[in-house]
Amino acid sequence: MSLHHFLILGAILFTTGVFGIFLNRRNVIIILMSIELILLSVNINFVAFSHYNNDVTGQIFTFFVLAVAAAEAAIGLAILVAFFRNRATIDVERIDTLKG
Amino acid sequence: MMVVDVIFYAFAAVTTLAAIGVVSSRNQVHSVLFLILTFFSTAALFVLLEAEFLAALLVMVYMGAVAVLFLFVVMMLDMDVSDLKAQAINHLPLGLAVGAVILLELVVVLSHSHAHVAAASTVPNTLAIGRTLYTQYLYPFELASLILLVALIGAVVLTLRERKKVMRRQVISQQIARTRSEAVELVQRKPGEGA
Repeated sequence: MSLHHFLILGAILFTTGVFGIFLNRRNVIIILMSIELILLSVNINFVAFSHYNNDVTGQIFTFFVLAVAAAEAAIGLAILVAFFRNRATIDVERIDTLKG
Repeated sequence: MMVVDVIFYAFAAVTTLAAIGVVSSRNQVHSVLFLILTFFSTAALFVLLEAEFLAALLVMVYMGAVAVLFLFVVMMLDMDVSDLKAQAINHLPLGLAVGAVILLELVVVLSHSHAHVAAASTVPNTLAIGRTLYTQYLYPFELASLILLVALIGAVVLTLRERKKVMRRQVISQQIARTRSEAVELVQRKPGEGA
């Protein structure tokens, strides 16, 4: 069990998250969960480097990633609920009122 | 192979399979439950890395709050995802290609990096985090609390809606903001005319 093991596990999780965004490109909830997976892989990297370099700063940054991820999930799901009330769908491609 | 290695591979396998379950599950509730499993096995990996405090935090914050929030929204919204799922097959080749490229790049980069193992710390994990967090990173810590406050208020503002027609309720601010001229009308009538 070395640093590389954890880094490669983080890479696999990151890739799974990106793959999930592409696979479920129209479902907002799965996209939000994929973003959570990506943030989790970042956390694994931070904690692994923190352990193997014996520097606690990496764990501090995991803290901040955790706080931002919680805020992002709360706001994202609130936007999703508001969108579902107005349109009765969660299809990303239907969010086109601004013609962007 | 040591016992620690066996534990690492077991939890790493659970993490990977659960992550794949999150993105490929047909039922959204199953996706959320797979997400919880991913968080749990990652917390176990954090214990292996001697980050006990973060492992506990992951269980409490992610599994206790974020995942339950997801579960709540998935179950509260009655959505039809059947045609969304049917379209997902079309995106499979593109997703696989992008995923393979990213994974290949990451593994190539990571296999050329080399790490040195420092001496183990003697201070307990929670104590070390507290000493650094409340001295060197005090302002970022306060800023994080501000971000959470903004998220709290933002989520309430985004989802609150007033239903005027459904229920009549007492609005005290409107009541005490009334003036005499709006509330009372005095009419002069002569005796016998009536209303």
